[in-house]
Amino acid sequence: MDIGIAPPVAPAAPRHARPSAWARLTRNRMASLGLVLLAVIVAIVLAAPVLPLLPPNVTDVAHRLRPVLTPGHPLGTDQLGRDILSRLIWGTQLSLAVGVTAALAASFIGSVIGLVAAFRGGLVDLLLMRGIDMLMAFPYLLLALAIVAALGPGLVHAMMAIIVVNVPFFARGVRGGALSIVHADFMAAARLSGLSDWRIVTSELLPNVMPGIVIGVSTTIGWMILETAGLSFLGLGAQPPQADLGGMLGEGRNLLQVAPHVATIPGIVILLLAIGINLVGDGLRDVLDPKLKAGGLARSSARTAAAPGEQRRRGLPLAGHLARLPLAIRGLRTEFRVGRSVYAAVGGVDIAIGPGEAVGIVGESGSGKTVTALSVLGLVATPPGRIVGGELLHHGEDLADLDLRRLQDIRGRRIAFVFQDPQTTLNPLIPVGEQVAESIRRHQGVGRAEAMRRAVALLDSVRIPEPAEKARAYPHELSGGQRQRVVIAIALANDPELIIADEPTTALDVTTQARVLALLNELRRERGAALLFISHDFGVIASVCDRLHVMYGGRVVESGPVATVLGRPRHPYTQRLLACVPELGRRRPIVPIPGLPPSTDALPPGCAFAPRCDLAQPRCGVGEIALRSVGPEHAARCVLA
Amino acid sequence: MVVPVLVGVSVIVFLVINLIPGDPARAILGTFATPANTAELTQQLGLDRPLPVQYLVWVGHLLHGDLGRSYILHKPVLDEVLDRLFPTLLLAGAALVLAGVVGIPLGITAAVRQNGWQDKLITVSVLVGISTPSFWLGMLLIFWFGVRLAWLPVGGMMRMFGGGGVGDVASHLVLPAVTLAAVATAVLVRLTRGAMLEVLRQDYVRTARAKGLTEGRVIYVHAFRNALVGIIPVIGLQAGFVLGGAVYIETVFQWPGIGRMLVSAISTRDILLVQGGVLVVASAYVIVNLLTDLAQSMLDPRIRA
Repeated sequence: MDIGIAPPVAPAAPRHARPSAWARLTRNRMASLGLVLLAVIVAIVLAAPVLPLLPPNVTDVAHRLRPVLTPGHPLGTDQLGRDILSRLIWGTQLSLAVGVTAALAASFIGSVIGLVAAFRGGLVDLLLMRGIDMLMAFPYLLLALAIVAALGPGLVHAMMAIIVVNVPFFARGVRGGALSIVHADFMAAARLSGLSDWRIVTSELLPNVMPGIVIGVSTTIGWMILETAGLSFLGLGAQPPQADLGGMLGEGRNLLQVAPHVATIPGIVILLLAIGINLVGDGLRDVLDPKLKAGGLARSSARTAAAPGEQRRRGLPLAGHLARLPLAIRGLRTEFRVGRSVYAAVGGVDIAIGPGEAVGIVGESGSGKTVTALSVLGLVATPPGRIVGGELLHHGEDLADLDLRRLQDIRGRRIAFVFQDPQTTLNPLIPVGEQVAESIRRHQGVGRAEAMRRAVALLDSVRIPEPAEKARAYPHELSGGQRQRVVIAIALANDPELIIADEPTTALDVTTQARVLALLNELRRERGAALLFISHDFGVIASVCDRLHVMYGGRVVESGPVATVLGRPRHPYTQRLLACVPELGRRRPIVPIPGLPPSTDALPPGCAFAPRCDLAQPRCGVGEIALRSVGPEHAARCVLA
Repeated sequence: MVVPVLVGVSVIVFLVINLIPGDPARAILGTFATPANTAELTQQLGLDRPLPVQYLVWVGHLLHGDLGRSYILHKPVLDEVLDRLFPTLLLAGAALVLAGVVGIPLGITAAVRQNGWQDKLITVSVLVGISTPSFWLGMLLIFWFGVRLAWLPVGGMMRMFGGGGVGDVASHLVLPAVTLAAVATAVLVRLTRGAMLEVLRQDYVRTARAKGLTEGRVIYVHAFRNALVGIIPVIGLQAGFVLGGAVYIETVFQWPGIGRMLVSAISTRDILLVQGGVLVVASAYVIVNLLTDLAQSMLDPRIRA
């Protein structure tokens, strides 16, 4: 589950229509800045013919190297007395034209090659791509130099060289993008419907790779302007008296000491132009391909942020005997703030776990069960997550109060975690034995060799065959079941007092599930560890746990001994949930619960389940409904119970 | 795997000469060449024979260490290229190391402090970095550190060996290496940041935290190692940009490397020297890429398998 990243429940229906790409681009502050910058530059450059500029190539040696702000020459004159402002504007026009032309040409040629390679496949693909590989085997600029060397210096030749060296990037990118679509179902459908290849490529393939091409063009124009300017700077591009920005820089190079402005000014313009283009390019990329937007919402943090202790504990009753327990979650409220929405993922949860006791939490996705578990050790990502209320008592100490160092001493030592998907929870680059040993060394202060010896013993105790050998294996070399055994070994490594297991068997196949579950249960009993077990599966909970909490909409709606809750469920939600569970040997209709769980950013007042409940009455939607005792150790949050 | 790439590189370098408009032998020898000399060179290069034969003749010479003769410098191309190879590799290597040493930690910092002030500062610097023309930056550095402050020599590096010794070479290296490293650093920062952000939200990073590991270990051992798998190939790619960018920097700082040689060879139409220089640098780049592939497979057991 990616609870740490996404808000636990997506809004049930989008409340705003998706804004257009343009709107999203202009909403991005940096991209807007780039757009304005570019618009100003382009406007000036396009207006060049009508601006009252001196002719750019008329020399006036008598007035050479005039400084900036000379009357008649706002930016001074160069070594031949030419007006720098005029040359700058015309030079910018030239650089911009060359850069845009080169980017369009390179993207066109590259895209054609990429599309043909992807669409034709086979030998055509192989030959085209080997050719592209050869071009890419050259250091970028050197190939351009070789081409200019052969063709002779000149702006057009320089541009052609820049085009050639950029074609491979587009060809590769477009081919990659197109390949992922070529085999899609809708492409097969288009083929079967008898469309011509040309039609398929232009009407199906091209629209799908177009965003990638646009991103490519917008992010490379700046680069191409810099490169053609560079060739002109070296004297291999624009030839005198014509000058683009690079040529002007090159001419100013030898005048650095006497007239630094001659070289400085065109450099600043190139810089501004490139910054503008790069800002817009990055903005476009974020808009057109949000996947690439690194980071997104969630940020990885050392621990979940928490409100100050006094604020969190306001209104909590005295802890009493709960202060002696391995874990007492009291009034826990964890929120996710996403933009202006606040998701109350956990809305006031109380769960106590005694020594050696096994407690279960059951609920649908989005019920807040995983966030509750992750909150205990501060493993919810901040932002967007934040613990805003309640306390997490571990022998009377509030885990949310501890400084990070102390919390880290408890993590993996006193309280250990078993996560859901063994595919992703182990580090792919580190041998599994080391991943177990690492935890031992962190908490037990033993040497490398001793830690590894204990790690192998642990792997043996979780029934991994040939543990010494398997300890040197990497996660991808183990089966799913074996990986989850390694994860359990890591959790057991320091004989913790409490193990929190979040759907530890959900990602495994059914037979493996049963075995891993039995193992986990057996080992934790042997070692006397308590267990907080999270699952959406009543059967699994029943086989492992003593007590059970049912969660809905971020709150506990029913709790009690497993046999009592399963035998005599009192909350309508629990009843409906149990009715969804097929039972072996009993014929009875499976009745799904109508509707969807509520989004926790817009919980209804009163009972969160009321909108889906057959038995709902007007009073269900009014005020806070308490978790009331309905029998020995049995409680339900329902006005009817 | 390296051999086919080298063959491909040689084919392209070879083909470049055929891009020359008109008679290549005439272009190589210059406008004032006698018809007899032109005919001799044409025959020597096999230019009168079909293209594949020409290529084989050329490769034959190549394998004997014969890259032809520079008719401008009056010496074998190979001698000149080898003289200038080391300064270029030194400059490019220094720039690449600098880019890695500065860029990777900054990228990690930006990712760990995502959206914090450090991140914003670094992101803006990166934007300016990738938008700055390196040849202009070089000029600014020369102006400030060489001329105004006179802290460092701004050029005049004549020969690698003989003369001032290591200290002298190092002092001459500082400004060009910093200039050349600027863009590569910016690219590496951006890439490292992105790779780290991606890795930091992986489940195994949460597992590492759940074990009670310190943030240092979580970030550098668990996250960074994984991010590096994606960073290394880009370091290889940057090596190509740095080797190419060296052309500007060597010109600006008068560094006695292959880049400056290429620029003057192009203006004097010394085509064979250009060909030889490009071929040698491209081969060096192929080897760099081979090394990054090796490094990557050493790091990632999934690639090794």
